[in-house]
Amino acid sequence: MSGPPNVGAAAVRAGDRRALARLLTLVENATPAAEAALAELYPYTGGAQLIGITGPPGSGKSSLVNELAKLLRRGTPARPPVTVAIVAVDPSSPFTGGAILGDRIRMRDLAGDPGVFIRSMASRGSLGGLARATADVVRVLDAAGYGAILIETVGAGQTEVDIARAAHTTVVVEAPGLGDDVQAIKAGLLEAADVLVVNKADQPGADSALKALRASLDLAHPIARRWAAAGGGHHRVTTVATEPEAAPDVWLVPLLPTIAIQGQGTEALLAAIDRHRAYLQTSGELARRERDRLAHELEARLRDYLLAALVDRLGQGALAAALDRVAARECDPGTAARALAAHLLPPA
Amino acid sequence: MPESERQIRVLVAKPGLDGHDRGAKIIARALRDAGMEVVYTGLRQTPEMIAEAALQEDVAVVGLSILSGAHMALVPRVLDLLRANGLGDVKLFVGGIIPDDDVPALKALGVAGVFGPGASTEVIVKAVRESVRPA
Repeated sequence: MSGPPNVGAAAVRAGDRRALARLLTLVENATPAAEAALAELYPYTGGAQLIGITGPPGSGKSSLVNELAKLLRRGTPARPPVTVAIVAVDPSSPFTGGAILGDRIRMRDLAGDPGVFIRSMASRGSLGGLARATADVVRVLDAAGYGAILIETVGAGQTEVDIARAAHTTVVVEAPGLGDDVQAIKAGLLEAADVLVVNKADQPGADSALKALRASLDLAHPIARRWAAAGGGHHRVTTVATEPEAAPDVWLVPLLPTIAIQGQGTEALLAAIDRHRAYLQTSGELARRERDRLAHELEARLRDYLLAALVDRLGQGALAAALDRVAARECDPGTAARALAAHLLPPA
Repeated sequence: MPESERQIRVLVAKPGLDGHDRGAKIIARALRDAGMEVVYTGLRQTPEMIAEAALQEDVAVVGLSILSGAHMALVPRVLDLLRANGLGDVKLFVGGIIPDDDVPALKALGVAGVFGPGASTEVIVKAVRESVRPA
């Protein structure tokens, strides 16, 4: 028989995997015990390299995460091996709340390695591509000492860009045959990319996908056009994108072909992720992004707490009465909200 | 948090060398439709992989689907590893091709329930839910 699981922050810091798994559940469920542990662990965060992987369903995100994790564990001539945590988010059903979390299917290579910890999360109604608790789950894994954390979003299309706030480097994975060149210039996911990947680069349509994305990147970065014109072809997966000689304070999004299931192109991808990380550090962008992210989170949490506290003071009755009037078309939602707030706030 | 608001997390796993996982997917889908979060890991998992996934995912329930006849070897191994990982409180269910004669032995080992090909998904969902939240 096992005793009551230890959910202490100290056990997590000491490398107790059972305690870590248990705490992640509490964090997902937003329990008071989790809040206390998060407060205790927060000073120990900030050490991990946070890598986000996003892209449409079926583009090969999980396979790419699997390959990147193997590479991170093995190390390359340019970087020492690190321990790896993976947070893989899959969608919850909006109808039943249930979810199939299937990302581990593509990560079986990682089984048996105590330096890898994989956690599947259901999105639980969140629409930004991550779950509401993902940032806190990542913090716990960070404080537990994992050197790199790979965050895989739900299959994302155009607006699920929360990942850009949660990760240091966001990799957007596309695959051949998913859209024309107008898709490539629409706003949203592609703009969130720090590194752009066309996976399944051995499949028909890979060249035209690369071309469309290249063209879209050139529009975004006129400075890159010279490079594209000079650099020449990007036809085969064996072609490694050449690096532009850019000023250190300008990041040109690299476009890389990969074949994740064969492990092709993943070393170049990790090198690009590391170059981006170095750019963030030397340009001061890392601190700026971090501050921006924390400001956003602080605001969101403040909003939640204030709303809960104010609704508490108003009483559910007043809220229900206001809702009745709005539903009866006697009062519009904006006016009703202002009237409710006026009860609570001192006159200006 | 009230029990009713807490998600039940289940690991559905296929140990051994079975060639297909149609049954396991039907069960995973039924549990999903019942509002549970189902971690599915695919074919050909070793008992070690299953126990490790159960630990990392902090599931309350593990469901094994075994068609190969190797259940009397695989199930005790999974149970031992779960206990070694401090997961003795995790409920283990077994489904697939399990002769009636073996069911008492499996239950004596600590298996919470055994379901053959004829079991309805409603019965399975109910058993899984009640194993975590006794009525």
